[in-house]
Amino acid sequence: MSVEAREKRQPWILLSPALTAITLLLFIPLLFILVYSFWLRTATGADEVGFYLDNWREALTDAFYRDILLHTLKVAAITTVVCAVLGYPAAYFIARSKGNKPVLLLLLMLPFWISYIIRTMSWINILGVSGALNTFLLWVGIINEPMQMLYNEATVILGLVHFLLPFMVLNVFVSLDGIDETLEDAANSLGATRWQSFLQVTLPLSLPGLAAGGLLCFVLGAGTYITPLVLGGTSDAMFANLVFEAIITQLNWPLGSALSLMLLAVLGALVMIYNRYLGMAQLMKGLG
Amino acid sequence: MAERATSLGWQVIRGYAVLVYIFMFLPVMVVVLLSFNASQFGSFPMTGFSFRWFIELWENEAILRAFRTSVILGLLTAAISTTLGVLASLALVRYRVPGANMISTILIAPILVPEVVLAVALLLFLNFLGVNKSFTLLLFGHVIFTLPFVILVVQARLISIRRDVEEAAMSLGASPVQTFFQITLPLMLPAVLAGALFAFTISFDDITGTLFWKPGGVETVPTQIFAMLRNSISPEINALGTVMIVMTVGLPLLGAAIARQISKKSGL
Repeated sequence: MSVEAREKRQPWILLSPALTAITLLLFIPLLFILVYSFWLRTATGADEVGFYLDNWREALTDAFYRDILLHTLKVAAITTVVCAVLGYPAAYFIARSKGNKPVLLLLLMLPFWISYIIRTMSWINILGVSGALNTFLLWVGIINEPMQMLYNEATVILGLVHFLLPFMVLNVFVSLDGIDETLEDAANSLGATRWQSFLQVTLPLSLPGLAAGGLLCFVLGAGTYITPLVLGGTSDAMFANLVFEAIITQLNWPLGSALSLMLLAVLGALVMIYNRYLGMAQLMKGLG
Repeated sequence: MAERATSLGWQVIRGYAVLVYIFMFLPVMVVVLLSFNASQFGSFPMTGFSFRWFIELWENEAILRAFRTSVILGLLTAAISTTLGVLASLALVRYRVPGANMISTILIAPILVPEVVLAVALLLFLNFLGVNKSFTLLLFGHVIFTLPFVILVVQARLISIRRDVEEAAMSLGASPVQTFFQITLPLMLPAVLAGALFAFTISFDDITGTLFWKPGGVETVPTQIFAMLRNSISPEINALGTVMIVMTVGLPLLGAAIARQISKKSGL
């Protein structure tokens, strides 16, 4: 074989194990559940192979599923906005600080390394009936009885924000850090106030990072079922909880397949729109 | 710039950032604090300082078993994922591959798909092939889920390795294989370790996919904690949380320090 032909073949040899794994363990399984979603679960518990539209009809027309999908999107949207409001100024502070930037960033990234389930349950220690806040309020005398602050929509959002905030900060930081600071100085020297130069120079330039962080927060937030189970009440189920119920509890795999694909379609559409306008490169910058 | 440090706006931003830091750290610190509580309830008030919950943890057979499962799963995941990831990253960084953008997107696809959907698809497909809920299924799942992260981390670090060092070795008579093992691999070591550590940590922490894939009776540390939460929050969970915090924060920091040490020694 010529040297040139070998040069050409080598990268494919290196790529093939990873590409094979992803094809066999992701793409084919996704196609498989598409087929599975047209099968039918019979009363005996066995799945009947065929082409039935029943699961899709149920998933798409039942108001129960629609309401929970809308609720899920709402929770994810609020979470994303709160993450942006909390995360942007913090990222700005790190990016423009004269102190030790890497350490400041690392410090905010540390919680990212701490177990998700631990971070989620840690709010029970703060907000629970005998948690820190109730204990403090009782001790000060503001309340006489401990308050029930947990297990509602607000605590689900709180848990999600706590989980997702590092993604937002990191992405915004990456884009703010890449902006030439002299641009702002130039705007200032041309008579803009600091606030004006932020609004008209820095903010627009950092929007790609904000969008990347927002996409991650939204998609990860909308796909969770652990946080509602730990911090939510009975009416705070999200769409992924329905998937979990269908697959693990009811063992209705055809319906579970349809519901999974519905979630994938909604969140996948967002990723596509993002990719169309901003490209994946920005997202990878923030992840790497 | 000098005026910025004292300007009111900057003071406000700094104060705001401090509040965000507190928000991130306070709950975690409370977990650590409560794990040393002498009281038999996992909550306030603190009745004294005690190590008893760590001792109980050490004597809890279920938790130790979960811990072993998580460590073995994490190590195997890291080994496989890092091997696949390093090879793929080498191809993307070192060669001009036609359609490199498309390939990159395919390689990170497992994190673009919501984890729940990935979990369902893998469970149903492998079950169809005769692989039931098992350790094998868990391992497959963790590998596919961690692979994109490994590739992103390794790729970012590989770019900084200069190719002319290898070319120098080859021009001095080293064979390509010799060059790889004596030059490229040592230079890549920090990237490989970073990737492996990332894979291990993500695997060790995963619960979303794990709950779908794990067979009944097998628990990893996160699913064990999740199962324990069903009762009420016991001081043991806080102690376990403290151990996990020390592990997951300590390990990457240690890894970063080692990586820095290695790259300092190699002088590049």
